[in-house]
Amino acid sequence: MSTKEMTGSEIIIQALKDQGVDVMFGLPGGVLLPLYDALFKQNGLRHILVKHEQAAVHAAEGYARSTGKVGTVLVTSGPGATNTVTGLVDAMMDSVPLVCLTGQVPSSLIGNDAFQEADITGITRGCTKHNYLVKDVNDLGRVLHEAYYVARTGRPGPVLVDIPKDVLLSLGTYQTPGKNSAVEHKSYKPQVKGDTAAIKEAIDLIKKAKKPLFYGGGGIVNSGDAACTLFTQLVKMTGIPCSLTLMGLGAFPGSDDQFLGMMGMHGTYEANMAMHDCDVMINIGARFDDRVTGALDKFSPDSKKIHVDIDPSSINKNVVVDVPIIGDVAHVLEELIKHWKADQAQVNTKSLDKWWKQINDWRTKDSLKYTSSNKVIKPQYALERIRDLALETGKDTFYTTEVGQHQMWAAQHLCFEKPKRWMTSGGLGTMGYGFPSAMGVQVAHPDGLVVAIAGDGSFQMNLQEIATLMAYRLPVKCFILNNKFLGMVRQWQEMFHGERYSESVIEDQPDFVKLAEAYGALGLRANNPGELDDVIKQAYASDLPTIVDIRTDPEENVFPMIPSGAAHNEIILGPEDSESSENGGSVSSGVLV
Amino acid sequence: MTNNDKDDILRHTVSVLVDNESGVLARVIGLFSGRGYNIESLTVAETDHVENLSKITIVTSGTRQVIEQIKAQLDRLVPVRKVVDLTIDGPSVEREMALVKVAGEGEHRVEALRIADIFRARVIDSSNSSFVFEVFGKAGKVDAFIKLMEPLGLVDVSRTGVVAISRGAEGL
Repeated sequence: MSTKEMTGSEIIIQALKDQGVDVMFGLPGGVLLPLYDALFKQNGLRHILVKHEQAAVHAAEGYARSTGKVGTVLVTSGPGATNTVTGLVDAMMDSVPLVCLTGQVPSSLIGNDAFQEADITGITRGCTKHNYLVKDVNDLGRVLHEAYYVARTGRPGPVLVDIPKDVLLSLGTYQTPGKNSAVEHKSYKPQVKGDTAAIKEAIDLIKKAKKPLFYGGGGIVNSGDAACTLFTQLVKMTGIPCSLTLMGLGAFPGSDDQFLGMMGMHGTYEANMAMHDCDVMINIGARFDDRVTGALDKFSPDSKKIHVDIDPSSINKNVVVDVPIIGDVAHVLEELIKHWKADQAQVNTKSLDKWWKQINDWRTKDSLKYTSSNKVIKPQYALERIRDLALETGKDTFYTTEVGQHQMWAAQHLCFEKPKRWMTSGGLGTMGYGFPSAMGVQVAHPDGLVVAIAGDGSFQMNLQEIATLMAYRLPVKCFILNNKFLGMVRQWQEMFHGERYSESVIEDQPDFVKLAEAYGALGLRANNPGELDDVIKQAYASDLPTIVDIRTDPEENVFPMIPSGAAHNEIILGPEDSESSENGGSVSSGVLV
Repeated sequence: MTNNDKDDILRHTVSVLVDNESGVLARVIGLFSGRGYNIESLTVAETDHVENLSKITIVTSGTRQVIEQIKAQLDRLVPVRKVVDLTIDGPSVEREMALVKVAGEGEHRVEALRIADIFRARVIDSSNSSFVFEVFGKAGKVDAFIKLMEPLGLVDVSRTGVVAISRGAEGL
């Protein structure tokens, strides 16, 4: 560790470089002028100037989730800082490692309702993993190193560091991080290694299981590529069926025969029936989210449950489990596989065969099927073409989504072979996430094919970032599945509110092609299935940011569907299965929860 | 475990050792309000001036599952060093202090003094028409004292909230 005297602004730039930051997403403002001045005078730290601070956070999330590194955001005080709140909550819910630096009014003015003052540490206390207000320039280096450490370790999350203008200007001592860049923190010590006794207990349960099931979540992806490899190895060597959550897609190869598809509200029939009927559930890095469990009192009633999670507060939060294992997925799986091999453990093959027969029987329902059409573009068909033509490019393809029907169809019909290729807002369900997130992914992967799947509603929440894509020539391909509705709202109104489409119709929308062109980007449109392939190919061939307006069947609904408050085996397979009910029927409270 | 046991509301005293940094109390309180947990009593003060540590004693209530969640969520806060459930992690003692103001004349004054004597409460302020008592003890004892003062001219009460510590030689 060495020390050096410099200004607060210089300390920030040096600390970020020492933390391996290569790019940040931000927007300057009054109190940040000294820092932007220091940024101007240096090389090596790239700054992407966004058009709105919320987009900066989502871009940093896309960057973080597609690389496994910490994303960095830089915004000014007051409105700049408050605009980040949605993004920070999003990152908190989906465990995305971020450091958000906010400027603050000079220390002497704090608390005086100064111009562009907001108590951002107060506002974000509940929606960050931790936050800091730095009052002494000599603390700045240490706090920044600590912020990156807290953001990326344990269960990752967003950390905010609020820095008053006078701290940026004053001279202070900078401490470089220790050699291994790990901070010896006084109180924050996440548990990484799983308890061996618990791991052995888990092995015992798996050995005796007749109807076991792997339930993998975003924690596997967050733990890293090694965790995904180990998870795949464990699933393959045991022969046990595997389902993944929305956040876990890519942790296990989507094309593998042992993969049952996504589970949960819009998961496949076979995945949800297996969740309901299994006798041993092996939850690796998932958190029993309500979109997965459905009605808690009817959730997988006959299974013993193993739960691996790095966050002790995830254990027994929603579902009481039999074998909790607190630790990092990669560490726990490595240990589990080691003991499994040392024990020469075997699954109960006879029972497992029977279980697979049952599952394959469920599979014949083909629950993701849809009625194809040669007149109108079915959104599912559009996604299949987007997927298949992306494969033909041979490029490493990354997908982001907004939130709603298109997101669920994307999760169902795209296929993820590798982790960190799927960026979607799962926990918070943030419309406006996908487009700026794609921008961050493209910054991290300049040669990758970055595809943003959007709905016409959510695209309009952060469309201003077309300008940023143009400015940096980031050739993101955004496909709007345009049904002129807030589709998921419309679907629930159809199913649970007597088809009264209250405020979900968006007839008045801009011409998305002209809109793209106004920014200098490429705008394309497909009106019918015949035009689709050509338009997608044009989009993929262009080196411009591209907005594709795909006019889809406006009244297509997402199926299968487990209505809110229902059990997994009460899954609705398609329109013939569901009836519109006046007041929400018996299964739904009639709101989008 | 029967369903009834599972849903029983339990009262727990939790001791939390934290780094005494800006906003730490707001973090703890925000956690309780944000997640809908109960706070029946909360006390906080710096207990180690060299290491800058504060101890927060929280009396909370909830089902067994909720109490476990509260402890796990507290432990998740970065400045929290240790969380101990004094209700189940071994024997402990707890005390509360209250200042109780009683105004009255004649027989009422005499009776108030007599009860104060039984409760070993001391008079720390007195005027021609009032007393301020300090009373220590378990929360239940303090409650009982205050209740007895009600008909005798109870005017005002200030309570510290519960502080607690484990029995025996071990520290937190």
